[in-house]
Amino acid sequence: MLDNLRIMWHQGKQFIPDVTTAKVPGIFRGRPVICSTPAGRLFPADLCPTKAISANPICIDLGRCTFCGECAVKFPDVITFTQDYKLSSNEREGLIIKEGEEGPVLVNPDKVRKEIRRIFGSSLKLRQVSAGGDNSCELELNATNNVQFDMSRFGIDFVASPRHADGIVITGPITRNMAPSLEICYNAIPNPKIIILAGTDAISGGIFDGSPELDRTFISTHHIDLYVPGNPVHPLTFINGVLSLLGR
Amino acid sequence: MNYISIYNNRPVGLKEIPELGYPEFLRSNVDMLNGRADRHCVNYFGYETGAGIKLFCCIADDTTHQIYISSSVVGEKSTLNSFTAQNHNFENFEREIHENFGIKYSDHPWLKPFRKIENYPFCKAESEELHEVGVGPIHAGIIEPGHFRFICNGEQIMHLEIQLGFQHRGIEQLFLQKNTLIERTTLAENIAGDTVAGHTAAFVNLWESLCGFAPDYSLEYSRTLAMELERVAVHTGDLAAICGDIAYQLGNSVYGRLRTPIINFFQEWGGNRLAKGLIRAGKINYPFTPELTKRLAHVLDTFEPDFDEISSKLFKLPSALSRMEKTGVVSYDEVLEIGTVGMAARMSGLRRDIRTSHPFNLYGSSIIHEPVIKRHGDVYSRTQIRKEEVRQSLGYIRKIIENVPEFRKPEDVHFTAAANMFAISLTEGWRGEICHCAITDNSGNLVLYKIKDPSHHNWMALAMSVRNNEISDFPVCNKSFNLSYCGHDL
Repeated sequence: MLDNLRIMWHQGKQFIPDVTTAKVPGIFRGRPVICSTPAGRLFPADLCPTKAISANPICIDLGRCTFCGECAVKFPDVITFTQDYKLSSNEREGLIIKEGEEGPVLVNPDKVRKEIRRIFGSSLKLRQVSAGGDNSCELELNATNNVQFDMSRFGIDFVASPRHADGIVITGPITRNMAPSLEICYNAIPNPKIIILAGTDAISGGIFDGSPELDRTFISTHHIDLYVPGNPVHPLTFINGVLSLLGR
Repeated sequence: MNYISIYNNRPVGLKEIPELGYPEFLRSNVDMLNGRADRHCVNYFGYETGAGIKLFCCIADDTTHQIYISSSVVGEKSTLNSFTAQNHNFENFEREIHENFGIKYSDHPWLKPFRKIENYPFCKAESEELHEVGVGPIHAGIIEPGHFRFICNGEQIMHLEIQLGFQHRGIEQLFLQKNTLIERTTLAENIAGDTVAGHTAAFVNLWESLCGFAPDYSLEYSRTLAMELERVAVHTGDLAAICGDIAYQLGNSVYGRLRTPIINFFQEWGGNRLAKGLIRAGKINYPFTPELTKRLAHVLDTFEPDFDEISSKLFKLPSALSRMEKTGVVSYDEVLEIGTVGMAARMSGLRRDIRTSHPFNLYGSSIIHEPVIKRHGDVYSRTQIRKEEVRQSLGYIRKIIENVPEFRKPEDVHFTAAANMFAISLTEGWRGEICHCAITDNSGNLVLYKIKDPSHHNWMALAMSVRNNEISDFPVCNKSFNLSYCGHDL
């Protein structure tokens, strides 16, 4: 008994008191900022592994970006990654960062379905499905509920059964072999329900985009309520994304 | 000679690999393994050439530190005698060859689908006493998909059959389609997101050797450091999960929170908690600076006492020990027959560790590694290995950060792959042996990229471990192996 108390004492306070303002350590690559450049500036074609960078004006699509930082290493005068981990949006276009823009990535409250905030505002249960995910986003989603990030303090939990869930969180580029199971799982969730895409692979296919082994019909045939970029998503990115979707 | 001997990361001209008639190819490779626990098959695969399917078999010898490679050409859709009928090490390799090329085996004991999802008839046992439990592909937690089919007598598991393939993303094919280095490096980082350092190191070591580039000490240093940090982080997370599965909440919380400073250190070093973006061929974008060295020493200083305190509690707690000891046992003879690697071999006294047997990067020079070996093959052995390997890795990290090399500014190297070559790269990830192979054509383009995660060998060990255990012990057995779905499915 005393052993246990001693161990608990030695851990100190581990939880992050305010997950909306916490600072991340080190050189986290969050929301990029692109300096305004003379028109027509071009980058080498092989700069970005997932073709997330486009020209005129220079834009980075966070839904395609793997956050490898290669562009910022090669062109530090043009692209820098800030430590801002709030990267989620409910609109696909909201993930596109244009040159000269320094504003945050936001959830557009006008586009959030009305019932979401009314029904799920104070309690949200989610079912996670990995559909070709490489276990990195899965590890980070598990971390959202460890003693440090403690997402369940907000009434947001991952549950085992789709019957108990209010929504689905998809990781991975959606393989052909998982597409039917994903659809079955989604159909088993009672209405109304939400869909969250977690990670670059889920949002755009990431580095797997174009593989014949993917089947992304689910994405094109359903309304997506929240896009959470990252490779993998940082727990703080996920928690803040869901909180802004719920208007909290 | 029936084969050519090469060392790890030493490519060889395709022409130098002996091409044998299939019967001799079969006999030679099976004979090499006969009665030799220090040898096993690290890769066996085929690819389509104009003349038919060319098969390559790579046998690693832990005593001589060499890899024996031989080849054979067989016709498409031909019917062959299987290696597996004589040695079960080859079972999954032949299932994959069968699925990819339609080659039939007359005497393969179990040619079930490898990655293909179809209406597969699972093994059945006809009895009114028995029932089946189907789990997955979607499981009850935040984990990857796979299907488990149990045949149980009451609470007791008689048989478990595992069907994978749900995660198949076609990654080996993408290695050929995407032909820039950065795309391929990104693919390597996404083979298994829990083994980013292990798989990416295997890829860059292979690529540099194939292009005749000798990495300087600082590059080898950073890869070794990243792999050992990854081992500490994942083993600590696994200890948390094992505690969770035996309902030991304190262990779950403490080990769980102890993983965070290690992966946060990866973020301080390279900007990503799981080390994505860190390892690159020919360069490193995030040099390991003297400030980082101090930070890491501080992180370890605060990690170690807390890790030791909870470990000494866990390994003395009767209620925890009773759940781990004699649960999920796989014997030495069984692991040898299956051909397991990494922790899943060392848990039962089978000494397999690439860091010792086929050294790469700093292993064999700055780090002389002695594998942690246990004898009982149960959950307890697998848990002990994790605890002791964390201690061992912390020692290695402390030793190598005493002398940090100078790092060059990151600059792209112009790589040109040699033509008509066969390259092989082995690393020891936290889970076990990782093997990447590549073959180039006469203009130096990749015609084959072959990846083997340790899970490829080890899933069968999980299936064997749960026999005669209660089904309620399945989660802790599963977690104590912690195998990769995407690493298997690719």
